[in-house]
Amino acid sequence: MCVQTVGLLAGAIERENITTTSVSLLREVTSIIHPPRALFVPYPMGFPLGAPNNPALQHQVIAAGLALLERTDVPVLEVFK
Amino acid sequence: MATFDDLVFSHRLFMKAYPFSHYANDPVPCTPLRKPLNEARVALVTSAGVNLPEQDIFDHSIKGGDTSFREIPNTVETQTLIESHRSPGFDHTGIAADRNLGFPLDRFRELEAQGVIGELNHRHFSFMGSIVMPRKLIDETSVQVAQMLRKDEVDVVFLTPM
Repeated sequence: MCVQTVGLLAGAIERENITTTSVSLLREVTSIIHPPRALFVPYPMGFPLGAPNNPALQHQVIAAGLALLERTDVPVLEVFK
Repeated sequence: MATFDDLVFSHRLFMKAYPFSHYANDPVPCTPLRKPLNEARVALVTSAGVNLPEQDIFDHSIKGGDTSFREIPNTVETQTLIESHRSPGFDHTGIAADRNLGFPLDRFRELEAQGVIGELNHRHFSFMGSIVMPRKLIDETSVQVAQMLRKDEVDVVFLTPM
């Protein structure tokens, strides 16, 4: 239910005129909840940034998420590669 | 990769029957980025269920889920955060080893130092995502946090689930 919670929070924050981007661990949920911008990552639940103590991978995920900020064709759901 | 079929059996049945569409963002809001990222004030919001040692942990006894939130100051030493998420549906050893896995504050400090983002907000927010009855989240606590972030003149929020 974490993925739904993040999607709902992203919607509430975006409605206050703040640009959001988010990570998704379950495409099935995000594709229904429709946060404005989401990056689906190929990692298990509990590992949204990929791996612990792996700053390089964590930075790759964050950079891919931040790259969605310019998008206005919401809802955006991209897959991290 | 996580799909419903990767979840434990009871969770899989629950998720397949859950009325996600009832709570969907409709219409989907869109706030275009109003300044370059390297000038933007950024805040983090997580549903990883982390809190400061001196804060109450999230309440595991609320049947529909604890919709409250914890304010995390930007000055926190990230690894001192307590993870009190109630879900048995994920492996907690990852975030135990490195809080940045679900609350990547140290990574964003590095981006701030590199000039990739303008600055970090003075506070961030944590929820415990195990919320199966989200009406109070939708109507109250998510709005409260969103309004606090707007008052802080935050430009960008990066959100992570767990």
